Amino acid sequence: MGETPHRSADAGTGGTRVTQSHAWPAGASARVAEAPVSAPTPDGNGLGGGGALPTNRKFGAERAFHGLTMAAGAMVLVIIVAIAAFLIAKAIPALRANTANFWTFEGWFPNDNPPTFGIGALAFGTVLSAALALLMAVPVAMGIALYLSHYAPRRLGNSLGFLIDLLAAVPSVVFGLWGRDYLIGPVTDLSGWLNKYFSWIPIFGGDGPYGNSILLGSLVLAIMVLPIVTSLTREVFLQTPTANEEAAIALGATRWEMLRTAVLPYGRPGIIAAVMLGLGRALGETIALALTLGSTYAISFNVLESGGNTIAANIANRFAEANDTGRGALIASGLVLFAITLVVNIIARAIIYRRREFTESAA
Amino acid sequence: MAKRVSASNVTAYYGAFKAIENINLTVEPKTVTALIGPSGCGKSTFLRSINRMHEVLPGARVEGSLTIDDQDIYHRDVDVTAVRRTIGMVFQRPNPFPTMSIFENVVAGLKLNGVRKKSILDEAAEKALRSANLWDEVKDRLGKPGAGLSGGQQQRLCIARTIAVEPQVVLMDEPCSALDPISTLAIEDLMFQLKDKFTIIIVTHNMQQAARVSDRTAFFSIEKTGDPGRLIEYDNTQKIFSNPSVKKTEDYITGRFG
Ligand SMILES: Nc1ncnc2c1ncn2[C@@H]1O[C@H](COP(=O)(O)OP(=O)(O)OP(=O)(O)O)[C@@H](O)[C@H]1O
Ligand SMILES: [Mg+2]
Repeated sequence: MGETPHRSADAGTGGTRVTQSHAWPAGASARVAEAPVSAPTPDGNGLGGGGALPTNRKFGAERAFHGLTMAAGAMVLVIIVAIAAFLIAKAIPALRANTANFWTFEGWFPNDNPPTFGIGALAFGTVLSAALALLMAVPVAMGIALYLSHYAPRRLGNSLGFLIDLLAAVPSVVFGLWGRDYLIGPVTDLSGWLNKYFSWIPIFGGDGPYGNSILLGSLVLAIMVLPIVTSLTREVFLQTPTANEEAAIALGATRWEMLRTAVLPYGRPGIIAAVMLGLGRALGETIALALTLGSTYAISFNVLESGGNTIAANIANRFAEANDTGRGALIASGLVLFAITLVVNIIARAIIYRRREFTESAA
Repeated sequence: MAKRVSASNVTAYYGAFKAIENINLTVEPKTVTALIGPSGCGKSTFLRSINRMHEVLPGARVEGSLTIDDQDIYHRDVDVTAVRRTIGMVFQRPNPFPTMSIFENVVAGLKLNGVRKKSILDEAAEKALRSANLWDEVKDRLGKPGAGLSGGQQQRLCIARTIAVEPQVVLMDEPCSALDPISTLAIEDLMFQLKDKFTIIIVTHNMQQAARVSDRTAFFSIEKTGDPGRLIEYDNTQKIFSNPSVKKTEDYITGRFG
């Protein structure tokens, strides 16, 4: 290592001689000997550097850009903090006025006197419906994505992929209305059937009425998040380096084995990210659930009976009628939703972080 | 363990483009054969048609016949994955599975074959890594990512991964082109040892390397761009490099062309 500087010393491309402030570009010295006539102007500062090194500019584009990005970053932080402060300030009086236990009380009467409301059932319904939705959507989405990226002929894969990207942009109210008006029939029938034969499984127990249930809500959610999860995971699968796929194939892997050894592990962080995005959408989904769930306030694992509620749907349903305390209560519930989303994201990060040694070198 | 590879009238296409035409050659077991020739003359294409990797690309196909020990590898009833297990391949750029540890990389092929028993995997991994001259460098960090090794080590890891499944033929496509001289020497030494057990076919642009490691050399060339590559001369390496019988070969190895 200690020898490297010597080599460049007589290479004629600067090196140690740059400091000797000679007028011509150091890199030009060889050319000068061959053709002195066409030598560059003695005071020209060639691109290779020459003469004294210029001092670092105080006000360049570099610095301006640095300042700009810093300001933008700081502004975002300030805005977030301001919003949080405002929301917390609104929520606290309502929480103070609440005469029931905010965490465990199963009901929502913030407009009454004295006001009583609890987040438990809503938070439970939120997590349950989102989890069920993902349970149904993710395997299907990954199947479609794998088909489109690795089985379908390229043309078909691309056009179907485009179609799915379009689906991801359909507003959720469309899904909600469709669920409320059309999907409800088949779901009611399915619920009856499940209840008849599988009522020994607690989640399929109860005795009706069926229809506006967690099952319907999470089915609609599942259909809603399916395109986005499919679209993202397809993108992830397409990014697997050909070299890795070929390595697996050359070892004698079948197509499915190749997917399992090269594509799926490589896409793991991306898959988790896609699922998290889907989960974020499901947790925060408002209108589709406000239209399909039965809006009751009870913690129940039963997915067939009409009922269920989520934080976001509850906000949509109750905001119009809310008085001051009512609005504070809804804001408080919104903060809880925010906390749930945060926790979910932290868990996802932790999962990705745990194998970072492998995923980083993969990138 | 090692098998004879013979190609007769092998022609390979990428869609409508004919990349190589009528290649005939026979590679004896337990020898090293070098494929040389100018860029684009179809060396990789020919190599990839030997383990049926060529047909993985959409629209690519092979005509003619390729046999190992008189068994037609393109026969309708032959299981492609079995062909690829019998004929291993090392690629130009090291391509360890990035999400796997060193150990997992080496045993990936065995796991694909359904081997699950830890003791067998451990033993096979050590054996393959020792054969690839990599054991001493990695034995204390088998659980670390394979992609965290140096380029030369990664390439030897890929060789270990290839030979762990005990193939009969090993194909190498410019295995040293991304490596420094020391790693290159390590891999050349390795080829010497490996030919006790395997039939080795290697593509190289490095004449010295071809002269050093191979017993037989095949020279491929093309007339002009767009023409299919052809086998110009195939003979003992010594003969090719000292007294080739075709003028074109001589021009190429003396650097007057290509
Ligand atoms: N995937 C592909 N699709 C279409 N044509 C291809 C493809 N790969 C190679 N070819 C063409 O086939 C011909 C032979 O290519 P090949 O890669 O076999 O050459 P090579 O001898 O290995 O060259 P090099 O020494 O540069 O690696 C070339 O004309 C090349 O352009
Ligand atoms: Mg090549």
